[in-house]
Amino acid sequence: MTLAVFWGCTCIAFGPALGLCLVTVLRHPLRVIILVAGAFFWLVSLLLSSLVWFIAVKASDPGNKPLQKGLLIFGVLFSVLLQEAFRFLYYKLLRKAIEGLVALSEDGCSPISIQQMAYVAGLGFGLMSGAFSMINLLADALGPGTVGIHGDSQLYFLTSAFMTMVVIFLHTFWGILFFHGCETQRWWEMAAVVLTHLIVSGSTFWNPLYVGSLIPSYLLMFAMAAWAYVLSGGCTRNLLQRLQGQQSETSPQPGS
Amino acid sequence: MTEKSEESVPLLSLQQESVAYVLFNVNQNDNSERRRHDNCERRRNDNPESETNGQPQNSTQQVVEQEEEDEELTLKYGAKHVIMLFVPVTLCMVVVVATIKSVSFYTRKDGQLIYTPFTEDTETVGQRALNSILNATIMISVIIVMTILLVVLYKYRCYKVIHGWLIISSLLLLFFFSFIYLGEVFKTYNVAMDYITLALMIWNFGVVGMICIHWKGPLRLQQAYLIMISALMALVFIKYLPEWTAWLILAVISVYDLVAVLCPKGPLRMLVETAQERNETLFPALVYSSTMIWLVNMAEEDPEAQRKAPKSSAYDKQAAENQTQNEDADTDDGGFNQEWEQQRDNRIGPLDSTPESRAVVQALPSNSQDSEDPEERGVKLGLGDFIFYSVLVGKASATASGDWNTTLACFVAILIGLCLTLLLLAIFKKALPALPISITFGLVFYFATDNLVQPFMDQLAFHQFYI
Repeated sequence: MTLAVFWGCTCIAFGPALGLCLVTVLRHPLRVIILVAGAFFWLVSLLLSSLVWFIAVKASDPGNKPLQKGLLIFGVLFSVLLQEAFRFLYYKLLRKAIEGLVALSEDGCSPISIQQMAYVAGLGFGLMSGAFSMINLLADALGPGTVGIHGDSQLYFLTSAFMTMVVIFLHTFWGILFFHGCETQRWWEMAAVVLTHLIVSGSTFWNPLYVGSLIPSYLLMFAMAAWAYVLSGGCTRNLLQRLQGQQSETSPQPGS
Repeated sequence: MTEKSEESVPLLSLQQESVAYVLFNVNQNDNSERRRHDNCERRRNDNPESETNGQPQNSTQQVVEQEEEDEELTLKYGAKHVIMLFVPVTLCMVVVVATIKSVSFYTRKDGQLIYTPFTEDTETVGQRALNSILNATIMISVIIVMTILLVVLYKYRCYKVIHGWLIISSLLLLFFFSFIYLGEVFKTYNVAMDYITLALMIWNFGVVGMICIHWKGPLRLQQAYLIMISALMALVFIKYLPEWTAWLILAVISVYDLVAVLCPKGPLRMLVETAQERNETLFPALVYSSTMIWLVNMAEEDPEAQRKAPKSSAYDKQAAENQTQNEDADTDDGGFNQEWEQQRDNRIGPLDSTPESRAVVQALPSNSQDSEDPEERGVKLGLGDFIFYSVLVGKASATASGDWNTTLACFVAILIGLCLTLLLLAIFKKALPALPISITFGLVFYFATDNLVQPFMDQLAFHQFYI
């Protein structure tokens, strides 16, 4: 596989997220710490879910292919639930951190708001999730080989890159929604996040029928984006104004 | 040089660095204590935060008004300085991982150090385990002996011996190990090179490195050199330590770090306390410093010295001022000669700088100075920490079946460990070791990711499932 495939897939998968990072996160030390801690929390959730899956696999018959696939599906769903549980734990931690920052600041307000933390935490989760899905693939893309030579899909790298991108974005928006739900005690927002996460992961069970996985995921991503934008205080009028280049001082942009 | 001396050299520098990794916390401790003393306006001639580039300098005094502001400074100090440490640690790890992945020399087995004489190519697993335990024991006991030797030398003021030791080890690192490194990189990329050009490059690299590290130089250059020598050292360890031995050594050395720094009779703690008693800095060339500081002059010294402008971002001017302040405060005018003073008097009228007027000026809210001071206070981390973090991540990238996932997991784990260490430091305000938390997290994540996560991710990638 060529260097072009490597660079193309890297830019597709991580380009937008790294752009977001560069512009909004990397210049602010506190946000970088929250990003890395978010990545850490996602990693811990993955570890625990892998442990559960590993135990289940070791306890079962390795020759039974449908059973193994079933266990894998169970592993995926359990991992999704655990990720959301850790997102909730991270929310609790960040809440405590905000109280600490407020107590230690001069003017009684925290240098970072919970909405900004939600955005950065979601981005951290997304980046780590995307990295773990994509990095080994990218490393293999640099080596020799032919994609799909045994009859599998030839679009493997490309679709993986697109899926990774959508997952990173989804995690970011889920972070905003989830934290907003926790803040305003709207349990249905949190339930919606968990449900859509399960739907997106479930849709990947259709792979390699990429129509079944990519299209729903992208549609859901746009829906989450719009919801997160509205929750962060944006409205369509401001969006149009911004697109036309006019100033609008009332609505903050999500994540700023 | 022979293989044997090459093998024996790393440990010399390791010794110094294993001591140095506590400096960060000591300096923090001094720093926060100094801020507290500032509140009581007691002068304390303390050095660690005022040292730059290896030159011990006079104390700096900051006017810090209230305890709340002090605590706010502590936290503000926290986030920015965590990043100031994230960046060099990340750079060091990136250099090590990039080298491991591209230059095969550092993953090839070419023998072992004399400190790890037992081989791991044994028939049974039990024998291998036993050999690695013995190797780790020998290595750690050598380290303990060397540390105690260092403490004894320091206690009995044999500074020349210590400085000679440091200079020899940095000479070897900067010239010999970088020569080997460069040679291997050229071999990997098939670059034709003649000896004359090579000699010129190594000579320049080495001499500039010695000057930057042991004497004076631009801060960024000094930081870059410290990162490079830590990476070189880590690469040597990754090459010459067999697998199980390496993991065991990492585990044991973080326990040793914990014990040596926190126990009352621990050698590192004694070293640190002796340095504090004598109001000296510890081994300046072995600590990564994230920033230079500048001096703010305070009352009680002669008026000439006090009319010096406090803003001096050029290191040399600062050092010159400081040294002259040390030596001969009476006749030194810090560059403000009579002519300049006359001009100034002509322009703005004669100044009568009394202690009261100075106190009033200093009491004025000075946002730039206050906000710059905590940043300028900087943060330090011992090179031993850099080395062991990089050894962990490098070993993970060299030997893991999970490859990049494992490397990434260890990297994040180490960064979070560093963050937690800094947080604990801000809370407890006493000397803390920088290794244990990061290395523990790193080891846990290495083994967990390699054995548990990797099969899971493999299966997921095979079916193209996403979690």
